[in-house]
Amino acid sequence: MPITKSDIEKVAQLAHLEIAPEELEIFGPQIADIVSYVEQLNAIDTTNIEPALGGLTPEGARTDSARDDRVEPSLGQELALAEAPDAAAGYFRVPKVL
Amino acid sequence: MHMGNIDELKSRIQSGETSARALVQAALNAAEELNERLNAFLALNPKALEGAGTVDKGLKANSGSAVLAGIPVAIKDNICVRGLQTSCGSRILGDYHPPYNATVIERLLNAGALIVGKTNCDEFAMGSSNENSAFGPVRNPWDPTRVPGGSSGGSAAAVAAGIVPVALGSDTGGSVRQPASLCGVVGLKPTYGRNSRYGLVAFASSLDQVGIFGRKVADVAAVLGVIAGRDPHDATTADVPVPDYKSALAEDIRGLKIGFPPALFGKGLDAEVAVAVKEAVDVYRKLGAEVVEIDLPHAQYAIAVYYIIATAEASSNLARFDGVRYGFRAEDAPELRQMYRKTREEGFGPEVKRRIMLGTYVLSAGYYDAYYRKAQQVRTLIKEDFRKAFERCDAIITPTAPTPAFSLGEKVDDPLAMYLNDIYTVTANLAGVPGLSVPCGLSSNRLPIGMQLLGPYWSEPNLLKLAHAYEQASPFNERPQIYARDV
Repeated sequence: MPITKSDIEKVAQLAHLEIAPEELEIFGPQIADIVSYVEQLNAIDTTNIEPALGGLTPEGARTDSARDDRVEPSLGQELALAEAPDAAAGYFRVPKVL
Repeated sequence: MHMGNIDELKSRIQSGETSARALVQAALNAAEELNERLNAFLALNPKALEGAGTVDKGLKANSGSAVLAGIPVAIKDNICVRGLQTSCGSRILGDYHPPYNATVIERLLNAGALIVGKTNCDEFAMGSSNENSAFGPVRNPWDPTRVPGGSSGGSAAAVAAGIVPVALGSDTGGSVRQPASLCGVVGLKPTYGRNSRYGLVAFASSLDQVGIFGRKVADVAAVLGVIAGRDPHDATTADVPVPDYKSALAEDIRGLKIGFPPALFGKGLDAEVAVAVKEAVDVYRKLGAEVVEIDLPHAQYAIAVYYIIATAEASSNLARFDGVRYGFRAEDAPELRQMYRKTREEGFGPEVKRRIMLGTYVLSAGYYDAYYRKAQQVRTLIKEDFRKAFERCDAIITPTAPTPAFSLGEKVDDPLAMYLNDIYTVTANLAGVPGLSVPCGLSSNRLPIGMQLLGPYWSEPNLLKLAHAYEQASPFNERPQIYARDV
C-alpha cells in the first residue's frame, strides 16, 4: 500500500526522530520504494508456516541460557556514569519532562 | 619484514628475527602512513606497544604458547574495546569509550593478540560500501576511487593493504564477506551463535555475528578457534564444542559434494564474476570434489525479507541512543522528548534514519503481521531451502558479491540498488548458516572477485578445509596498489 507523507511523519514521531522537511522530501519516496519492493513477499503462500523466531539453530534453541538468580558484580555506579553527558549526584541528569 | 601470515610471524618472533614490539610498531606505522589514502582506521592504539613488550618478555620466558602471541590485529569500531573509542562510525556516540571489553576481545587479548586500532565502518554497520560512515568513506586499496565494500570496509582494507594479518568485523547481511570479496581477502561469518555478541554494538540481534578477515584461510581458522564458544554474557551463543579448526585444514576434500545453484548465476551477475566462480568450481572438480546441482527457491526473496527483519530489529536496538547515558546529547533542548528527537536527528546519518523509520513502520500497529511476521515466515522457508539442499551436498558455492568493487558515489543516491549488493550474502544471516568468502580471481581491471562457500550449521571445519584446498591449488598472491611498505 502506498506510503503517504503523513505516514512517514507519524513513523518519525514514533522513532523519536525530528526529520527536517528537506529530508522528508528525499526520504519519503525512498522509503515508499523500499516498502513497495518488500511487498513482493505477499505473493508467497505462507499458510501454516511458523515464523523463524528464536535460536535459529537447534543447538542454540536447546542451550539453557538461564543462570542462578544470584547477585553478581556488575559495572558499578562510577563506571556506569563515566560516559554520561550530564551526571549528577549519582544519577543521569536529563532535561525536565513537560 | 612484511606483515606475513600468523605462523610465519610467530616463527620469526620465536627465532628472534623480530619481536612483538617490532610487529606492532610496523603495523602502527603502516596504519598511520596509509590512512590519508585509505581512511581505514578511526583510532590507533599506541598502548599496544606496552602489551607487546609484555608478550615479548613472556615469550622469552616460555616459548609463547598463546595462539596469537604477538600478532597485531585491527577491530571494527562497533566492537567494544575498553579504553579505546567505539564510535560505530557515527556521531551519536560522541567520544564514547566503553568501560568493558567485548567477549571476543577478551579472548583475543588472552591469546596474546595486540590491538593496533579501531577500523572505520558504515554507521552502525548499515551499508555495503563504507560510504555511510560519519567519518568519511574507506577507499579500496586495489583502486582508491572505489569502495572497499561494507559495512566492515576498514577492517577489510587494513588486511588487504598488509597493515595487519587479521581483523575482526561484524556481519549482519554480508558485512564481512562482501568487503572481503571486494578487497581480495578471506572473510568468514560463522554459524549464528558460534561467537559471542556481548560487546558487539547490536544492529539486528537475530542476524549479527562477529566475523574474521585474514589473507590466509589458516589465519582465519586460528582466530575463530580463539574467539568462538559459549558465553554466559550472550544467551544466543550455543553450547557446541569448539573444534581445533587448524588441524582439519589439510584434510582431503575428495568425495565432498559441492552444491551449485544455476539459478543464482543469472541476471544481475557481472559476467567476469560468473566466469571466475565457475572456474573455482572446476578447480574443486579437479581436486576430487563432486559437484551437484541444487536450488534455493526462496533466495530471490531474501533481500525483501532481510530489509524488513533487519530494519525492524535495528529500530529497536537503536532506541538506546538518546543522549541520556552516553555519547552525544543535543544542546538547546530544554525538554526531555525534544532532547531525544534533536539528539537523534543530529547524531544519526541518513541511512540509519531511513532504516529506523522503515523498521518502525513495519512493526507499527496494523502492519506487524503484514510485514514482520510475514518476513519471519519466509525466513523459515529460506532455512528450509538450505536444510533440503544440505541433504544433497556438504557446501554450496555462490559468488560473494554480484560485481567487483564499484566507484565511490556510484550507488549512494539509490538505496535499493545499494541493498542489492547483498543478494548472495543475506541468505546466510537469515538462515543462521556459516559463510566464507575466498578470493578467486581478478577482473580485467584488476579488482578482486570472491567466491562464497555456505555450509550447514557448525560446518566451519568443512568450509575452512574446502577453502584451504582451493587456496593451495589456486593461490591468490596478488597485491593491491596501496600496500604497507616492507620494513
